[in-house]
Amino acid sequence: MTPSYGSKAWRFMKGAMLRNLPLMITCRQFEDFLLDYVEGSLPAGQRRVFEFHIKICRECRDYLAAYREATKLGKQSFDDPAAPLPDDVPEDLITAVLEARRSTPEP
Amino acid sequence: MAEQGVLQEERTLSETPSEEEELVAGLRAGSDAHATRFVRANAGWMRAVAFRLVRDDGLADDCVQEALIKALRNIGKFEGRSKLTTWLHRITVNEALMKLRNRKRLQEDLIDPLLPDFDENACRIEAPWTKRSTAEEILSQAEQREVVLSKIRDLPESYRIVLMLRDIEELDTAEVAEALGISEGNVKVRLHRARAALKKLLEPLLRGDAL
Repeated sequence: MTPSYGSKAWRFMKGAMLRNLPLMITCRQFEDFLLDYVEGSLPAGQRRVFEFHIKICRECRDYLAAYREATKLGKQSFDDPAAPLPDDVPEDLITAVLEARRSTPEP
Repeated sequence: MAEQGVLQEERTLSETPSEEEELVAGLRAGSDAHATRFVRANAGWMRAVAFRLVRDDGLADDCVQEALIKALRNIGKFEGRSKLTTWLHRITVNEALMKLRNRKRLQEDLIDPLLPDFDENACRIEAPWTKRSTAEEILSQAEQREVVLSKIRDLPESYRIVLMLRDIEELDTAEVAEALGISEGNVKVRLHRARAALKKLLEPLLRGDAL
């Protein structure tokens, strides 16, 4: 009888397959490669193994998609072209800088 | 204070290369007028950078003040190999990191609950990913942005700083390692964990669930 997808038995078999078959890595090992993969710094051989894992593991494929999306949202959240330029720099800060410059000789 | 990104700084950079050379020459000659122009043109975006890192208006002001004084005193060492604003950005980041170090040691807060889940077979536990077309379907861009910013603020400090320096301030791994006094390997581990934690914190937004 074939274990149902996602069941305990199915996951046991999946884990055993990923640990023991050639050119396969476990999801935990996949995690170790992930940053280098998304940064494009994974050597070609390791990249092939990584990408093969993506093809056969639904969980890691979905995880990678969500990881990329979260990273993108994080970066975008600070890029707000509609936001006004900072114009609330206290005048005394500017004065203090200029006075400090005048009072201190160049080293 | 609003948190604004690198684009903000880019919009502030109105100096052309020849104007920048003229400005630097004036600063080196000790011109008050050039110093005033330099400080007024840069204090705003430098404050935004400092605030992103230290998250405190007073500390951000201190960073900017000290960074500008340092820059003016050391303008003779500016070699012109990068843009003046790139050089200033680095000085500001370093001042902010110094403030954080002085305030408290970066806490090695527990990030474990925010890391990915695996079962005893080393298999990942992950709900199916269904990419929504955009998160704006339920939230306005401004609301979405606020959610993401608040989740970044929720990250443990030692991880948030690495995420900010790499993904937002766009320093490279070696620069972050040097700025924080940690190894490049450690920077990569922290960056990955910070992104993984952010992914977990943003799950409701990513999946379109109630926030």
